[in-house]
Amino acid sequence: MTKEVMTANKAVAEAARLAKPQVIPVFPITPQTSISEYLAQYVADGDVDAKYVKVESEHSAISAAVGASGAGVRVFTATSSQGLMLMHEILFAAAGMRVPIVMADANRSISAPLSIWNDQQDSISQRDAGWLQIYVENGQEALDTTLMAYKIAENENVLLPVMVCLDGFILTHTVEPVEIPDQSTVDKFLPPYTPKHAYLDTNEPMSIGTLADPGYYFEARHDMEVAMENSIDVMKKTEEEFEQIFGRKYDLVEPYKCDDAEIILVAMGSVCSTIRVIVDELRESGEKVGLLKIRAYRPFPQKDIVEAVKNCDKLAIVDKNISFGMGGALYTDMKAKVDKETYGFIVGLGGRDITPDSIKEIYNKTKNPEKAVTWIGLKED
Amino acid sequence: MIEIRFHGRGGQGAVTAAEILAKAAFKDGKYSQAFPFFGVERRGAPVMAFTRIDDKPIQIRYQVYTPNYVLVLDDGLTNVVDVFSGLQDGGSVIINTNNDIETKESASVYDIDATGIALDMLGKNIVNTIILGYLAKKTNIVSIESLIEVIKEVFPGKIGESNAKATLKAYEMG
Amino acid sequence: MVTIGCVIRAPATSKRNKTGSWRTFKPILNKDKCVDCDNCIMFCPDASVNKDHDINYDYCKGCGICAKECPVNAIEMIKE
Repeated sequence: MTKEVMTANKAVAEAARLAKPQVIPVFPITPQTSISEYLAQYVADGDVDAKYVKVESEHSAISAAVGASGAGVRVFTATSSQGLMLMHEILFAAAGMRVPIVMADANRSISAPLSIWNDQQDSISQRDAGWLQIYVENGQEALDTTLMAYKIAENENVLLPVMVCLDGFILTHTVEPVEIPDQSTVDKFLPPYTPKHAYLDTNEPMSIGTLADPGYYFEARHDMEVAMENSIDVMKKTEEEFEQIFGRKYDLVEPYKCDDAEIILVAMGSVCSTIRVIVDELRESGEKVGLLKIRAYRPFPQKDIVEAVKNCDKLAIVDKNISFGMGGALYTDMKAKVDKETYGFIVGLGGRDITPDSIKEIYNKTKNPEKAVTWIGLKED
Repeated sequence: MIEIRFHGRGGQGAVTAAEILAKAAFKDGKYSQAFPFFGVERRGAPVMAFTRIDDKPIQIRYQVYTPNYVLVLDDGLTNVVDVFSGLQDGGSVIINTNNDIETKESASVYDIDATGIALDMLGKNIVNTIILGYLAKKTNIVSIESLIEVIKEVFPGKIGESNAKATLKAYEMG
Repeated sequence: MVTIGCVIRAPATSKRNKTGSWRTFKPILNKDKCVDCDNCIMFCPDASVNKDHDINYDYCKGCGICAKECPVNAIEMIKE
């Protein structure tokens, strides 16, 4: 085990190296690029025994990933923003073919206007593809979650691909101390992938990605629904096992000072770090406020969320995405699944910095609400 | 917590300097964080980078608005960017320049002809490591030993050696 | 019950789907007229014509492409 100061992109690449993928098809895009560069280096240096596929687009990258995973090997890929948009069609195919791909998404806004900076619109807009989506808060969590993602995806009760979502620049390009576990420890946690439903074997020929007429499609989709429900328990068990081996604790949702909170801010990704500091600050001045960090956006851990917020009066949902006319995606999900007085806040689109003042404004506007959904930090003139 | 803001131009190594400082502080036993704010990803465009150093883990993840220290890699930027913006009382600016720089009263300005050292010792105008050497002497927020060690790690071989020497020279000038 | 990911665990399972039952018109080849051009073999979308120009009525859907493409009108479409 070593501890080094590195970017979350390097942390993800290190996790991918430790997971021993056999095929890495990847196409570079800001702010994911250094992940693809590190992995190219690892493969060239022989640190990963993988085929690094230099593809001509993200559509090809995810297609190659589906092909390789369908052939029965462990696959890693990564993308961002417009790249994820180009993958859109194949994301559904990957989930439908139940191939346990793990992909990192360096969260970045979507054009137009063109922006290379962070928000979460890219992955949120792939919400219904059938992938699990886990949002991480720092470099260490990015590394740890990438390792856990394989274990969850490859579980025979799940067999769905997993997207590890890390905020572009705010995490991908931020250096901070990250602990890299030893290969032997990781091997103990994550054994090699043994495919059960899709693999290449000339003695047992099979067809994958076939047509299903109305007599089968409905059931195939329902099976995915069941798999997504199963993934809640699988993720929980995986996180418990991870804690036993690596000593770091994770959960699908992570409450902070929620027990006696009157107002709880609900958020995903790197903004949770700043919110936690502001929660402490507000608490010092007597405000009863808490944070609920959502790690698992899909599966949506309704039971855990309801339990975590049961004592509070109001919820303030912090979204780095917008479903025009409806508010943020997490806001609408929370409105649908949690029976509380709930307000939505749009922050940080296109890399707008989320400052302590932004967080305090969210708190104050929840305390004295004016409207259902508020854009924070909007320049009026 | 100590907060440092770097001003440079794309290609001058401000982002690398911020990372080197974070890594060196970590070697000193501190917690650290560094990240860039890119305007556009182009050589010559103004770039900011930030480093935070603390005795406990760093949670906050927004840009540095009230720095203790500001490092300016290119004095031409003072015409374009308000490099003193938010500078804390008692804070200081370290700037690569040959000219007199006006400042607000409560802050001190340390100027160093880093370009001169760079041209002399590195053969090109890359001043990011040199200015860190000067920072180490003037502020003591990082040890010169850790700084030199990290510079050699980040730039293996000859480039690291010559950068280490230039950094040490700036440290001694401080 | 569908398999995980709708994987089909055996080769050539489409053979089980006898598309001959879809037919309303049936192609009949007059071998005396046939000039062995093999157009019917190449154009048949279901590979239901073999190299001796025998038509496999288990799979022939009666689409009539063979009759259309036959240069000497040796194939006649007869109502089933």
